Amino acid sequence: METPVLVSELSVADGLSVSTAKILIADDSNTDRLLLKTILIKQGHEVVVASDGHEAIEVFREARPDVVLLDALMPKMDGFEAAEKIRQLAGEVFVPIIFLTSLQSTDSLVRCLDAGGDDFLPKPYNSVILQAKLTAFIRMAEMHRTMQSQRDLIVAHNDRLLREQEIAKRVFDKVAHSGCLDADNIQYSLSPIAIFNGDVALAGVSPSGNLMVLLGDFTGHGLDAAIGAMPLAQTFYSMLEKGFSLQDILREINEKLHDILPIDVFCCAVVADIDFNNSVMQVWNGGLPDCVLYRALDSTVIPLKSQHIPFGIRDSDSFDDSVDTFEIQVDDRLFLWSDGIHEATNSDSEMFGEERLFGVFEENTKPEQLFDEINEALADFLSDKTISDDVSIVEVRAVSPGDFRTSQSGFIGSKQAGPRDWTLKYELRPETLSNFDPLPMLLHILIQVPYLRNFGGQIFTVLTELYTNALEHGVLQLDSSLKDSPVGFDEYYQLREQRLLQLQEGAIEIQFHYKGTDNGGNLKIIIEDSGDGFDYKQFDGDLHNNVRYSGRGINLLRSICDSIEYSGRGNIVRASFLWGDSQ
Amino acid sequence: MSVSSSLSADEKELRISIEGRFDFSSHSEFRKAYEDLDARVDSYIVDMSGASYLDSSALGMLLLLRDYAGGDDSNICIADCNDDIKKILAISNFEQLFTIK
Repeated sequence: METPVLVSELSVADGLSVSTAKILIADDSNTDRLLLKTILIKQGHEVVVASDGHEAIEVFREARPDVVLLDALMPKMDGFEAAEKIRQLAGEVFVPIIFLTSLQSTDSLVRCLDAGGDDFLPKPYNSVILQAKLTAFIRMAEMHRTMQSQRDLIVAHNDRLLREQEIAKRVFDKVAHSGCLDADNIQYSLSPIAIFNGDVALAGVSPSGNLMVLLGDFTGHGLDAAIGAMPLAQTFYSMLEKGFSLQDILREINEKLHDILPIDVFCCAVVADIDFNNSVMQVWNGGLPDCVLYRALDSTVIPLKSQHIPFGIRDSDSFDDSVDTFEIQVDDRLFLWSDGIHEATNSDSEMFGEERLFGVFEENTKPEQLFDEINEALADFLSDKTISDDVSIVEVRAVSPGDFRTSQSGFIGSKQAGPRDWTLKYELRPETLSNFDPLPMLLHILIQVPYLRNFGGQIFTVLTELYTNALEHGVLQLDSSLKDSPVGFDEYYQLREQRLLQLQEGAIEIQFHYKGTDNGGNLKIIIEDSGDGFDYKQFDGDLHNNVRYSGRGINLLRSICDSIEYSGRGNIVRASFLWGDSQ
Repeated sequence: MSVSSSLSADEKELRISIEGRFDFSSHSEFRKAYEDLDARVDSYIVDMSGASYLDSSALGMLLLLRDYAGGDDSNICIADCNDDIKKILAISNFEQLFTIK
């Protein structure tokens, strides 16, 4: 790698000392030439000579003098023509050309200047004036040279910077605007960034099928803003893929950014975790202006307020991972944006502002056009300008679980590989239940069987449902019918948090039994909680039609598993999956 | 934009006053205001009465001051903010990090 040269290292270009130089004298008069040569040598200059225009050009070509003194009237080629040729030969280098002339008329002096002369020196020569002029021109040429070398260096630096930025931007774009942003129910516009604007949009699907979306805005612009996007995106995707909860992901992102970013760089962000299966959305907003949940049913606009300090400022002990929970219906729309849209400024120095933004929602009649209308309102407001650098908007539409599809990766692993015959029993007691999510770890164990990886999402969904039921309805004794009203919905999640914190007794036991064959397999998940259970016998065979137990997601489970059986007092559930020849 | 600062008579409190836009251009001036001090200061007042606007890099500068002043043990008051500035501080929930008056 070449060593970068700092601009501060630039110095005056070498070559010319302050007042002496190599000077070409072209004059057809031997006497005048000799006289001038003597004066110049006495003053310390180096001198080369020519006796006509042609020779002047030849000598210039070979000797490359710093200053040229040209007699205006010479045989073969006069000074005017020679001056033009010399200018061409000199190219970018500034070579002062001074005409020597006994002509006195203004016209002929003008001609000297028009021909590319920088000055003229009347004959007979006055050695004081001659020295003054030469000193001035030599200094000027020197400045010119310094300026040129600085310019060249700046151009080189700028080229390198642009090259580096271009490469960095390509990497950044891949990392920062990635995941499943291209899903059918997501629309986004991120300003075409000529430079990095520090905005990051990420979207991914968890193993249980939740859609998680993050819009972040790093302080500053340029590379300093872009650099934090890498660890942010990596943490987000790798934890999401492994099935970690929103809270765990928020904590890890904050800790990572806190550890690596300088104190004055942080990331304002909003993160939404949308569970289409259970129609629940959880939102964490740290430092971004109010985002919006738009209700399809009654066109209300629910602001999603910033409740937290942005990522990267607090250490993990004081980081607050609490989230707002919302019930969502199909066609509800989530709008996320950074402050760029509020701060977009038109030519009258007016900002677009929150009022105009929310005005779009008030005037809207067709929800499916909201996204375009926001963009249009902004473009109209900015009128003569293209959308400014910083505007990022993401819209996510809630869909029914069946309509939410993302590209699935190909079939992994051979059916016979990995552990084939095993049982795992894992019992969680109160202190663990209240602050640890065992699901990512358990999923990790299951996908050690390569064949099961292909069904990781489905298994994780079942595992999540069963574990949530055991914890919320069994151990915590929460009543799912609470969730039927919006007020009860909030209350449900508040109670859940409260009871978890105070949990003193209760347990959940999770068992996996796996048996693989050459062309199939059989996985049983048995979960037993210490709760009171429910009267499953009364609803047996008709569970999916019963509203009261719809909260247990049994319909969903039935659609995935080969069988779901309750036993005991309704506190033991057994789910099995069969594949291939085990079916 | 300009930054000025003055010490209280007992040299325990430093008042840093911001005039005009508080943004990245005030970075070095703002740092100088608290770093080039001989006195040992217990508390800081960032006087915003003359400030018109503050951007995210200014929030970063406030975090630098907070770190310099002892992080969680620092005693910094951001005083006399106009409504716009108050709103920006509120969105970032900086009232959890600074005293805002």
